[in-house]
Amino acid sequence: MKNKNQIWKFFVSVKLTVVLLLSLAATSIIGTVIPQNESPEAYFRTYGAFLYRLFDLLNIFDMYHSWWFQLLLILLILNIVICSIDRLAATWKIIFPKETSFKPERFRKLADNEVFTSSKTPEELKDDFAGVVARDFGKSRIEKTETGFCIFAEKWRWTRLGVYIVHLSVIFMIVGAIIGSIFGFNGFVAIPEGETVSQIHLRNSNAMQQLAFSIRCDDFDVSFYKNGAPKEFRSSLTILQNDKEVLKKDVIVNDPLRYAGINIFQSSYGELRPEQPAPQAFSTDDIHLNFSIASSGMVYKRKAEIGKPIVIPEGNGQFVLMAFQPSAEFMGQNIGEALVGILTPPGGEPVQVLLPIHFPNFDKMRRGQVVISVVPPHDHTTVPANPAEKRYYTGLQVTKDPGVWVVYFGFMVMIAGIVITFFMSHQRLCVEVAQQGKKTQIMVAGTANKNKLGMEKKLQKIARHLSEKE
Amino acid sequence: MNSSELLSVVTFIYGISAFLYVASWVFKKQTPAKIAKWAGILAVAANLAGFILRWVESYRLGIGHAPLSNMYESLVFFAMTIGVIYLFIEQRYHSAIIGVFSMPIAFLAMAYASLSPSVSDRIQPLIPALKSNWLIAHVITCFFGYAAFAVAFGISILYLMKQKGTDEKSGLRSHLPGAGFLDELTHRMVLFGFLFLTIGIITGAVWANSAWGTYWSWDPKETWSLITWFIYATLLHARMMRGWHGKKIAYLSIIGFVAVLFTYFGVNYLPGLHSYGAS
Repeated sequence: MKNKNQIWKFFVSVKLTVVLLLSLAATSIIGTVIPQNESPEAYFRTYGAFLYRLFDLLNIFDMYHSWWFQLLLILLILNIVICSIDRLAATWKIIFPKETSFKPERFRKLADNEVFTSSKTPEELKDDFAGVVARDFGKSRIEKTETGFCIFAEKWRWTRLGVYIVHLSVIFMIVGAIIGSIFGFNGFVAIPEGETVSQIHLRNSNAMQQLAFSIRCDDFDVSFYKNGAPKEFRSSLTILQNDKEVLKKDVIVNDPLRYAGINIFQSSYGELRPEQPAPQAFSTDDIHLNFSIASSGMVYKRKAEIGKPIVIPEGNGQFVLMAFQPSAEFMGQNIGEALVGILTPPGGEPVQVLLPIHFPNFDKMRRGQVVISVVPPHDHTTVPANPAEKRYYTGLQVTKDPGVWVVYFGFMVMIAGIVITFFMSHQRLCVEVAQQGKKTQIMVAGTANKNKLGMEKKLQKIARHLSEKE
Repeated sequence: MNSSELLSVVTFIYGISAFLYVASWVFKKQTPAKIAKWAGILAVAANLAGFILRWVESYRLGIGHAPLSNMYESLVFFAMTIGVIYLFIEQRYHSAIIGVFSMPIAFLAMAYASLSPSVSDRIQPLIPALKSNWLIAHVITCFFGYAAFAVAFGISILYLMKQKGTDEKSGLRSHLPGAGFLDELTHRMVLFGFLFLTIGIITGAVWANSAWGTYWSWDPKETWSLITWFIYATLLHARMMRGWHGKKIAYLSIIGFVAVLFTYFGVNYLPGLHSYGAS
């Protein structure tokens, strides 16, 4: 029992909240500085053997899913839940008391009360005053005193629950995220125009996911603005169920297709060579690269060897081939055999360039001054592709997340909860009217559990309105 | 006059307003602060006019979209939201001196937009990822949040200066508003900013889910906005539950604003999906 109290005490402290929030803030920085989920080779090259092993041990390369980061999140959740439970009982008593009582003495003691006098008698003022109070507080209650009367009013008692609403919203988001990670998936698929698929690659593993339907890509279209920036990526998709067409839709970025709980997003695209040649074994002894210079429109072919720098013509810096990857990935998508190199533009920072062997136009996406492509192994002469025969594949992101509505519900609850917690307070007002000789003295006093500055202003306003009635 | 030219003039007016607020403080005169306020109102009005004009111009170019799509446009909007929020609290609390550190931030934002060679003022068409109704809701809420935090930052600096000199009767600090008032105002600004940052992150998440198929992907900009959220959440819990006030709150508010700046500018130097905010 004593042990249990110790644990409870640990989790009930706001100090723990502060420590956890700041630890989460501080550690989150790591993953924004060190790129996440890249290939081990890339990390090894960047950080060297020692740091690589150290970071790998600490899961730095996938830190947001590491045991220690998840542990911080779990501790925060426990902290939120236990703090809320611990304090809710006391709050509940305030919100739903057995009997509500007002004591004018308590209000008289308050520092910021407003006092003024009137020549009318308390009876004459009563109805007008009750009206002014009702305008802001709705219901009020008038009690007779020896020398006059007191008007008591209060509102928004329930807003004391606001903070629990916010905390509850966090729980909704977490539950939604857990539902998503257990029952959902996140994958991708590349479909050449005219072809149909019913399986997708899962993103966090190399496993395939069978869909309950098939997707056919009827057409892919990319358009550009005059300045060369992409305008629209459009995939015309057909959903087939048992070879029957059930749904047709043009999917563009920001407008996905949703079918049977599965969402299909436009994600990437690429060009296929006309009558796709059978992939040949790629030999690293015989690599030729094409360098297309944007400004002059010239294309230069150079023989390349791994590790040997190539000077790019027309003073466009240099290029070093670093490695051959038999199965490269880009944005989570397998793009097959590829070369990786470092391009150093004149006077610029070196950039890593990915050159998929089967997608010669891939490097155009980088929008650099130089576009580099691998000359296909079977064909060392550069034949410009006939635009009429251009064939594309579309890259689609395919997801299922049954938890998303729980998360969205959490979002709405959080916004509502924050508005209640920050901008609404439990306010109590007391207007005491007392005959003092020939004159009547009026005192306006009140309390609020939040935003005292705002309550002070409100009391001044009510006092002003009351004195106008006089 | 096109929008870029008009907005250059706006930069100048913000500069005058900021200068007059500082002058009013340094020379302990009321008049410059009054002129500064009117200059501020003029600057915000012209800023809004420039914003609308740019919107109209984009339609004339046939690539119509709200001017909230790149670094230049966001800075213009940022300056405007700071101006609006600041003028609102000056009006509400009748205290001109808090403009000493707020107006200069609006001026710096506009100056950076107008003068920096790395920020292009060309109107560019929207790339596919930005073509969404969520763009306006997401950017507006985020920037109201950022602007409130900027004003809170300005007030926190004032607070720390005030605190340093409580025993000195003379000097620049003596006619600053009361420390308690500054402290409470910082808190109010953080509350306002936190609500808008929260809505900004949420609209961003909903948008990401309709564009990329996932509402959270630990992209650096997302992560940094969450870091900022954590810091201000710390401030709010420390204040409401542990009664922190004064210096500690002022320091947290300053650290929070540094995180805001990193979320806004610093992230552009990191790899990630939000790269269109960079130029």
